[in-house]
Amino acid sequence: MSDESKRELFFRAIFERNPITLLVLGICSALAVTGSMATALVMSISLTLVTACASAIISILRHRIPNTVRIGIQITVIATLVILVDQVLQAFFYDLSRQLSIYVGLIITNCIVMGRAEGFAMNNPPGKAFVDGVGNGLGYSFILMTVAFWRELLGAGTLFGYTVLHPAIRGGWYETNGLMLLPASAFFLVALLIWLLREIYPSQLEK
Amino acid sequence: MGHYFEIFFTALFVENLVLSFFLGMCTFLAISKQVKSALGLGLAVVVIQAITVPLNNLILNLVLKPDALSWAGQGGIDLTFLGLLVYVGVIAAVVQILEMVLDRFVPALYNTLGIFLPLLTVNCAILGASLFMVERDYALGESFAYGLGAGGGFLLAVVLLAGIREKLEYADPPAGLKGLGITFITAGLMALVFMGVAGF
Repeated sequence: MSDESKRELFFRAIFERNPITLLVLGICSALAVTGSMATALVMSISLTLVTACASAIISILRHRIPNTVRIGIQITVIATLVILVDQVLQAFFYDLSRQLSIYVGLIITNCIVMGRAEGFAMNNPPGKAFVDGVGNGLGYSFILMTVAFWRELLGAGTLFGYTVLHPAIRGGWYETNGLMLLPASAFFLVALLIWLLREIYPSQLEK
Repeated sequence: MGHYFEIFFTALFVENLVLSFFLGMCTFLAISKQVKSALGLGLAVVVIQAITVPLNNLILNLVLKPDALSWAGQGGIDLTFLGLLVYVGVIAAVVQILEMVLDRFVPALYNTLGIFLPLLTVNCAILGASLFMVERDYALGESFAYGLGAGGGFLLAVVLLAGIREKLEYADPPAGLKGLGITFITAGLMALVFMGVAGF
């Protein structure tokens, strides 16, 4: 662990040690905001920013945080960052922030942020913690964008709102798959992604 | 009265926090291997939801809302931006207090719930219920009904999934799907079933 270069750390966090598929962290929002690529993208950017900054800040403070109250301090740091993100979204992207509803606020309790703060940033220098935060944020984004891509493409025939497959209800040829618009489809897509990643990294198979 | 029942049952079935809003997923998937532990966890969630949602409602209306502090002679202050921080604080405090009370007066229950209690501080279903309460502008009584229903919904979902997973132990899925993968698919099917309740 300790002699890993920053580059390895970064790429491992995206694929091999992906926070969602291997560690089962931060699934709630991964499933809920993937109905369209735009919301998934905003959520990904917000979470990556929060994770990276929270990891760096907590890592800078790590020698000063008393062990007994560390969870409280971590939550305070994270909550402050999330409030910042939330206020910025409400000020500049009001429609998107309405769509994301409570899920931006829920980044606070997203276990990826807490998990990286507690598991990595508390015993590593700020530079590394920041890279680890960005890597994990991107690992989360990778899953989110993949799921959102298929859900929006197959469910509505669009990507980022632009028509790709012309849907039959608007005079085209593509019969939209209603299942993909239902939140339940996210479960199946994530399960398929887990399957794929576990075929690539057989060490992750469960007995 | 009927109004409260409506909120309760809507939160319990139609707008099940776990299966239609995907909140509390981490705990939902992690602690559903056995029915017994799932039941303990679910009960803890019911109790905490029924306390934190009305409590956060009180704080929202008496302290945070614009002009809410006028009863203390401090009109014109809008503290709503502090909401998130305060709700998390309240949840953490309630969990801590509940833990101490149970430890002191009902040690048997305390031992059953064990480690699940502190974990609930960072459960998004609990923060989520408070945030939905804010978004939907519930009054105090309504928040209590909502908290109870939301907690009950979590209890229902986690116990059902645990029951299915106990049976799945004997199934033989492809190697890559074993464990987490097949659990996701199960949860997806359960979500579809709950959509049926909503009338899709």
